[in-house]
Amino acid sequence: MKIHEYQAKEILRKYNVPVPEGHVAYTVDGAVQAAKEIKGKVKVVKAQIHAGGRGKGGGVKVAKGIPEVRKYAKKILGMNLVTHQTGPEGRIVKRLLIEQGMNIAKELYVGITLDRHQSRNVVMVSTEGGMEIEKVAAETPEKILKETIDPAVGLQAYQARKLAFGLGLSGVQFKNAVKFLLSLYKAFDDTDATIAEINPLVVTKEGDVIALDAKMNFDDNAMYRHRDILTYRDLDEEDPLEIEASKYQLNYIKLDGNVGCMVNGAGLAMATMDIIKLAGGEPANFLDVGGTANKETVASGFKIILTDPKVKAILINIFGGIVRCDRVAQGVIDAVNQIKVEIPIIIRLDGTNAEEAAALLEKSKMNFEVAANLKEAAEKVTAVLAK
Amino acid sequence: MSILLEKRTKVIVQGITGSEGSFHTLQMIEYGTKVVGGVTPGKGGKDFHGVPIFNTVADAVNETKATASAIFVPPAFAADAILEAANSGIKLIVCITEGIPANDMVKVYNVIKNMDVRLIGPNCPGIISPGKAKIGIMPGFIHKQGKVGVISRSGTLTYETVKQLSDLKIGQSTSVGIGGDPIIGSQFIDVIKLFDEDPNTEGIVMIGEIGGSAEEEAAAYIKKHVKKPVVGFIAGRTAPPGRRMGHAGAIISGGKGTAAEKMKAMKRAGIHVVESPAEIGITMKKALDSRK
Repeated sequence: MKIHEYQAKEILRKYNVPVPEGHVAYTVDGAVQAAKEIKGKVKVVKAQIHAGGRGKGGGVKVAKGIPEVRKYAKKILGMNLVTHQTGPEGRIVKRLLIEQGMNIAKELYVGITLDRHQSRNVVMVSTEGGMEIEKVAAETPEKILKETIDPAVGLQAYQARKLAFGLGLSGVQFKNAVKFLLSLYKAFDDTDATIAEINPLVVTKEGDVIALDAKMNFDDNAMYRHRDILTYRDLDEEDPLEIEASKYQLNYIKLDGNVGCMVNGAGLAMATMDIIKLAGGEPANFLDVGGTANKETVASGFKIILTDPKVKAILINIFGGIVRCDRVAQGVIDAVNQIKVEIPIIIRLDGTNAEEAAALLEKSKMNFEVAANLKEAAEKVTAVLAK
Repeated sequence: MSILLEKRTKVIVQGITGSEGSFHTLQMIEYGTKVVGGVTPGKGGKDFHGVPIFNTVADAVNETKATASAIFVPPAFAADAILEAANSGIKLIVCITEGIPANDMVKVYNVIKNMDVRLIGPNCPGIISPGKAKIGIMPGFIHKQGKVGVISRSGTLTYETVKQLSDLKIGQSTSVGIGGDPIIGSQFIDVIKLFDEDPNTEGIVMIGEIGGSAEEEAAAYIKKHVKKPVVGFIAGRTAPPGRRMGHAGAIISGGKGTAAEKMKAMKRAGIHVVESPAEIGITMKKALDSRK
């Protein structure tokens, strides 16, 4: 689960991780009001969307005084912000974060995430703050320092010291950085975050160490024990079709192609997308109907896929283990009867009761393209697209 | 011979009275698995279709001498269940549960990695040694006893693979679903090593997917050590970056974990990499035939 920067900073504040003074605003007047409450002359107006690269896209502006806050808030609120992470369609900005300006001496980087290879969390720091960390990792990997965390004891002070010294800090800056890292790790660990990224982490001329930006993502599987974080969910940032699908326990991701697909199991769903591509089409979606492919789930799957006008055909690929294919076939027949699907449907049902399923589809006299296996399914997709 | 699971292996089920646990316990017994006990705290002394229920795994192990456990408990309690099994003398733990928090698994993994215990999963279909026994939720009837080892991060895509092999009269020594989560007990390397050492396994199919680097690590191992033919497929060539494709572990992040990268590493290691998931079976058949 993703949240906004201002929400991440609210969490960090609770864990005594220093962040700039700031307030969220939904309107231009709100932004001006927020700016008045913040000390200092210089304020920063920051677009709040669930994507990085906001500065480059024109979503972050430094305002020297209230009139400029009003000017930039007007400009950014409601704008369609395009960044390398939003894709070309961009994202409409509906929230702003108004923050105090900082007296920046140095920009650094700190990130905490799960290292799958070591099956442990890893804390990474770099002197290359403000840059894309992937780029730093690719071009100058020696500039990234890492400490791997033993989950039994968490981040230790000596590790934080090692990282802070590695960043070339000394005196009060060093002390503050150590405190910062220990508090940030606690915030990450307590909240079941999957990533906590502070980029840039700034050292001010006064020696303070502050999270100028903050990105936190969370483990969906752990959200049952974090009801407070769940309230941060912003449905405006999610695809409406994906929200609709989740109501029916369907795992749906919209893609850009012309062949829709409905599959049970995530691995088989990805493999089905791949086979659509090999057959000359482009997958229009990922859709895992899970363990219950019945009339209701199949019907809602159809409805969701068919909202995309680019879809020219649908491939249903179900491997019945516990799920019985004859029930799935009946579900498909009932669903098609109910919602009048007008584009070709290629069906491949295999596994438990596959023969009974084939007989049902045959008897229905509907215009299904029935495939006996994956290879045939691919050939039928190619044939349908050629028509 | 098979790996990990034999007909004589004594199995207990943690969460035997839950809806998943009870359904699959009966399926496992029907397939021939020696299910000798179940664990549901507070229901000790009762039985489930003649299978004795115990309050703790320790009690179950003491009474039945079980060495393997199938875990079907809900995600919030699964980490605890794995640690209970590991600390009660169980040697093979198969955790079917989907949706365990990654943080819980990080803790569990780092505890059990120093113990004499093998964990398969979580979020996996389990293990089957065809014709002998199964611990998990896979449909038994698509399998056929034989000499190809199957290892996969997926569920239904594993069934697809097995069906293609069986249809070509290629049986399986053991099929292992290692799970779709970012933190899993056993990686490709661990299981491939077992298949390589098993004199009865003549070929290996590995089914990977986007996310992480386990396939690349396995490829390096195979290149160095494995002489048996290996067929490989990676699901998710068309998956967009940054999106979690169903499985918690199936995500391309920071440009890492793409199918192209994995397939390249596997090809370099001499693995027969198939482009189409429809050709897994036939490619294994050709690889085996060419060695005769």
